[in-house]
Amino acid sequence: MISKRIIPCLDVKDGRVVKGVNFVNITDAGDPVECATEYNKQSADEIVFLDITASHESRGTICDTVAKTAERIFIPLTVGGGIATVNDMRKILRSGADKVSINSAAVRNPNLIQSGADSFGSQCIVLAVDVKKNSKGRYSVFVNGGRIETDIDAVEWIAKAERLGAGEILLTSMDTDGTKNGFDLEITKIVSDMCSIPVIASGGGGRLSHFKDVFSQANADAALAASLFHYGELTVKDVKKYLKGNGIPVREV
Amino acid sequence: MIGVIDYGLGNMFSLLHALKHIGADFTIVNTATEENLDALILPGVGAFPEGMKKLINSGMIDFIVKWRKPLLGICLGMQLLFSDSEEFTHTKGLDLIEGNVVKIKGNLKIPHMGWNGLDFHIKTSLCDGISSGDNMYFVHSYKVETPKEYVVATAEYGQDITAIVKKDNVIGMQFHPEKSGECGLKLLKNFVKMSKNYNSNT
Repeated sequence: MISKRIIPCLDVKDGRVVKGVNFVNITDAGDPVECATEYNKQSADEIVFLDITASHESRGTICDTVAKTAERIFIPLTVGGGIATVNDMRKILRSGADKVSINSAAVRNPNLIQSGADSFGSQCIVLAVDVKKNSKGRYSVFVNGGRIETDIDAVEWIAKAERLGAGEILLTSMDTDGTKNGFDLEITKIVSDMCSIPVIASGGGGRLSHFKDVFSQANADAALAASLFHYGELTVKDVKKYLKGNGIPVREV
Repeated sequence: MIGVIDYGLGNMFSLLHALKHIGADFTIVNTATEENLDALILPGVGAFPEGMKKLINSGMIDFIVKWRKPLLGICLGMQLLFSDSEEFTHTKGLDLIEGNVVKIKGNLKIPHMGWNGLDFHIKTSLCDGISSGDNMYFVHSYKVETPKEYVVATAEYGQDITAIVKKDNVIGMQFHPEKSGECGLKLLKNFVKMSKNYNSNT
């Protein structure tokens, strides 16, 4: 049976992890390679690097980070943040990433999904979507790291992205993100049930039971968390042990 | 020395790094040469027709078909070992193992993507240290149908998905051992060991 995936996400800026990572057993908590290695030991199923480097000049550093990580750990790596062209994707995939995640650039230019899928295969193209419930009770797509609201309906956008060749959806609910009150079960279930590609739920994971709920109630294929794991509030291992005890299939190492 | 076949399809970065990590001697092979090679690995990500076309254009088809030492096909590389595929259009494969590549059916998310546990059916030293239930990382939309005698392991995804095949020295893995953490690395190590043993015994 296919396992539900637990995915830690690391925010990387100029080659360093930001939002300090609180691991006791690594020497450099700012080193993304060390953090990824630790997550690998905890049985993380994938690692996501979100590159938040602001200046265009220093964007090459994420490729170095990916290359160094891919030499040391042998699980899938996804890189997102600032990817706007097929050439950006190529650079990152050639550095050793397995998937690229695109967000705002795909909203501005949906063909980027198709050209990425044509060039590298759908399995490489993750569409990241930041959504928030609007006054009409529907979900709007936000771009630029959640700073700009669009008039695009999230459910329609995700359906379109799937048709264009996205291989996976990384769905972040801005309503639950940062709250630690649980994943957004409503929109996650809508998207998971609608999509024939895997859906990664993100935003709001704070307790063990939240992970069970997002899998058993909202049918997510994977769950992503950042600070929860960074600060050591929970380890990936804790989450998996709990899920296994609740009859949810997970990979253990 | 392991030869990794480069026929211009997909990213070999991870595989090469995994081989380096486990301390295997390897080289990239892009012409038909048997010099010093103990085994071949046929990687590949993408569609079957494109894979066969690139393999034909590489001029290495005869070389691979006549190869008698250990050969490991990974993902699309495994599928290419079989008789034919229905992906997009009927395409003949290398026919080193009889069997067909068919679309994964059922009301399921396609591709079959993620970690899935193996169920073992045949015992082989290739899988030493790996147990039923150990997870490997899969990404594929087509599966192999082949006689049971070649199916070492399957994974359950609404149906039995052929995960590891073996016919004499021809081996296939549908998942990516180079992306399957420690278990995957163990399989690659076992393949390297098997290749060394084969070559020192012949």
